[in-house]
Formats: sequence, structure tokens, C-alpha cells
Amino acid sequence: MRNTRLAPYLLIAPSLLFLAVLFLVPLVQTVALAFQADGPGGAAWSTANFARMAGDLNFADAIINTFEIVVIVVPLQLCLALGMAMMLRHVQRGRDIVLWIWSIPLGISDLAAGLVWLAILTDQGYLNTVLNWLGVVKGPQSWLSYETPIALLAAIVVAEAWRATAIVLVILVAGVQLVPKEYGEAADVFGATPWQRFTKIMLPLLKPSIQTALILRTVLAFEMFAIVLSLGGRNFPVLVSEAFTWQYANQNFGVAAAYAVVVMVISLAATLVYLLALRTPPEQR
Amino acid sequence: MTLRRGVFLSGIAVLCAWVLVPLYLIALGAVGGRDAVNSWPKSFWPAELSLSTITAFMNIAGVWTSTLYSVEAAVLCMLFSILLGVPAGYALARFAFRGAVAFRLVVLLTRAFPVAILALPLTVSFIRLGLYDTPLGVGLMHTALALPFAVLVSASLFQAIPREFEEAAWVFGCSGITAFLRVVLPLALPGIAATAIFAFVISWNEVFAATVLTVRHKTLTAYLLSVLSESPLHVQFAGGFVLIIPSVLFIFLVRRHLFAMWGIANR
Repeated sequence: MRNTRLAPYLLIAPSLLFLAVLFLVPLVQTVALAFQADGPGGAAWSTANFARMAGDLNFADAIINTFEIVVIVVPLQLCLALGMAMMLRHVQRGRDIVLWIWSIPLGISDLAAGLVWLAILTDQGYLNTVLNWLGVVKGPQSWLSYETPIALLAAIVVAEAWRATAIVLVILVAGVQLVPKEYGEAADVFGATPWQRFTKIMLPLLKPSIQTALILRTVLAFEMFAIVLSLGGRNFPVLVSEAFTWQYANQNFGVAAAYAVVVMVISLAATLVYLLALRTPPEQR
Repeated sequence: MTLRRGVFLSGIAVLCAWVLVPLYLIALGAVGGRDAVNSWPKSFWPAELSLSTITAFMNIAGVWTSTLYSVEAAVLCMLFSILLGVPAGYALARFAFRGAVAFRLVVLLTRAFPVAILALPLTVSFIRLGLYDTPLGVGLMHTALALPFAVLVSASLFQAIPREFEEAAWVFGCSGITAFLRVVLPLALPGIAATAIFAFVISWNEVFAATVLTVRHKTLTAYLLSVLSESPLHVQFAGGFVLIIPSVLFIFLVRRHLFAMWGIANR
């Protein structure tokens, strides 16, 4: 039937076209924008934008800060979510409600999460109230300023862990549901300890889910900026907040694009590393 | 109850509190009255319950219209993602065709690209096309983020519906399209609805693209971000709270589908 041979292509055509126009084209344009600069004879290919970006006062800070956050937050979230997913398997009553509560942050934007933690960590906030009551600090204390970079980093890490652990949890729980119960029972028969069951059976079988979660989280963590802006303002530059500032405040699209390209290259490199490091041989799928 | 069980249950409780207490505290900032926001030390119990902070926030010039723009962009994003994504998902689930693997890979790969790289040049193109600073433009941009998700999730939804159902409908004389509409679609509808809600939340929550692509017709996230440095705390808390309410409701609505969606969209 000629009809059915064409059908799938007609069905995917609209989304393919859409992604070409609103994904591929902008992608190419950003790269072009980053590598072009206004010369005497109009726009010409150059690395001037990258030179300007690298020469900017905030560039080194932005790179260091971004990597600091990713390196701390992503493993933290993975461990936390793994722990939560394993705990869930032993919850008998009220599993649904616990799961719902734990997945609430999934729907919360990074901006809103930043504002939530601002309410807690601001000078006259709830953290200081508790610390004051415990006698640790006397009166309102500032944690989110330029003078307290470590506290600010900790605040961002906590806010990000609060918000985005849910997505890792959901991916892992979905993966755990696919692991046959018999494997664990078989391990029990052979006298495996709970820790052995976790490391020898659960972790290897969860590898594809862990891989997905790590890729998604790492890419999104490199993109983080609203949480940083709402907590630290411009005190804590990260790559995307710099891209944002160059585009929005400085109206310099070229340098903004250069930052975007840097973020993209880092994201792709991270994705590639995960794909290679956590490869599952086809026969194990 | 053994000691181990006790430790286990308190662990669960602590983790629930870790999620819920911050939400409670921002709610306290938003509905606990304006005096509470500037008081010190803070009370962990509302002195009064009033919507005055929220209404004051919504009455700030621009906030209400921003909320409407946000809703408009999110509804458009939802519609586009479903209208474009569901057919593609159906094709992936039901037809074995050349390029299916490549198409799936392209869709998966979109995840590895940051929003920033897409949103920046669209400023220029959208100005040229008259889409800049419109909810439609923001909705289109957000569709680029939500569409890959919609394609993969609807593919897995259709895969879960036995092919025999459709074949039976054909035997009884339904055309391909009627069989889809009468038999397959009703079965897939709850999952599609959940996907639609998720597309809405993706758009509602998105900050970067929304801010870069608007000037006067800002969405709520864009508005909040642009006034972040100059607005008083009670405005920020009320704004955060208003942003959170629909998201939490939506996650509640789709909670049953959450894991099915992510489980299969994984592979």
C-alpha cells in the first residue's frame, strides 16, 4: 500500500520542520553570531567576541562558579535521589503521597525556587531566626553578599538541590520499577547483604536511568541562572547569567552568543562523557 | 515497631519536611500579612492570614497582564506541542520506516542543547517576523523545548496500546483515521493530557527565553526577573508564591503519569 509508506513521513514532517526552523536554524545562527564581528566592511568572521568574553572581568569567575556548582550539585542530587528511590521501595502505606510530595519541586521554576530560598536565607529570614534562637548568631546576619562567597555558593547549592533532585528521583523511580523483583530475591537466597544487593544488582541495572538523569541534570545545571540571580544578584556570575547580562543589559549579542557557544560546547562534552562512561552493552538491555 | 523501622520512617519524614517546609515558609511570606515579612525575628506561625500581599502584588501595574501573557504563551506551547508531537509519536510507535532511528536520535539530542543558544538569535529573527515581544513568539520558542518531550512520551503511550485493537477496528470496516480517533485516541487521552499539562508547566516556568524575547509584553517570570533587584521582599515572595501555585497543582494532576512518562522517555 503506497498510502502507508508515506504515512509516517507525513506524520513526522510537521515536528521535523518545526525543530528545523526553531532549533537547527537558531543553533547555526548563534554559532555564526559568535564568530562574527563588525569590521570596516560589515560583519566579518573573527574571534573578537571570544576575545572580548575571555578578557571580561567576570569570565574566569563565571567559569569557576559554574563548574563549582555543577561538580557539587550533580553528585549530591544523584546520591540523594538514589537514597530516596531505595527508601521508597520499603514504604508500605502512603507510598503515593510520599512520592507526590517528593516530586513537587519538579514543577517549580528555578526563579521561584530562588525566591523560596531567598525568604529563608535573607538577612531577616528564617535561617537567621533559628540561628539567633540557638545563639549561633546575634541579630540578622548577611549570607548572600559579596563578602560571603562560600555561604552564597552553599545557598545556591542547597536551593538547586531542593528544586532539581525531584527530576533525578522521578527518572530513577521509573527505572527501579523496571527492575524485576526476582533478581533481589535471588540475591537474598544466596545471602547477599542489602549493600551488596544495592551495588551488585540495583546499580548496574539502573545504569541507563542514571545515565539519562546525569545527562539531563548536568546540562540543566550548566544552564542555571535564575536561581543564582535571585539569591546572589550579580555577586555570583555564572556562564548563562553572563550571557544574559551581555544580551539584555549590554545589548551586545555577539559576546552573549559567544557565552552561549561555550555553554553548548561544555554541555555536549559532558553528554559525550556520560554516553561513553556509562555505556550499556546492547546484550544487557 | 523496631528501632530500624523508626529510623527509616523518620528519614522519610525528614525528606518530606525538606520539600514542604520551604514551601510553607514562602506561603507564610505571601499570605502572612505584610508586617510579618519585615519583622525580626521571624515567627514560624502566621500572625494573621490575609491575601493583602498577594492582591497588592497583583495590583502592581503590569503584573496581571504579565500573568495573562504567561498563560497565553503556555497554552500556545501546550497546543503546538500536542498537535505536532502526537502525530510524530504515533508514527514512531506504529510504523517501521527508514529514518525512524535517526528521527528519534535528533529528538533526543535536542536535550543536550541549552536554551540560551536557541533564544539569543531568535530575538533578531522574531523582530523581523513581527513575533518579538508577543506571547505567540514566546510560545513558539517554548514549543521547541516541550516538543521533543511530547514526541517521545506520546510514542511510548501509543506503544503501550496493543496494535490488535486497531486491527480489529479495521476488520469492522473503520478506516485508518477513524480507527485511530475511535479506538486508539480515547485510550491514549489521559497520557496525552498529562503531556499537555507538562508542556504548560515547561512554558510557565521558563525564564531565560521569555526574558530575552520580550520587552513590554513580559511573561510573569520575565517580569519578576526584570524587577528582581529593585522590588521589595514582600513583592518577591508574593511573586514566587504565585509562580509556584499552578505548578504544584499540575504536578498533583499528572502524578499518576509522571513515572510512566519518564520511565519510557528514558530509553
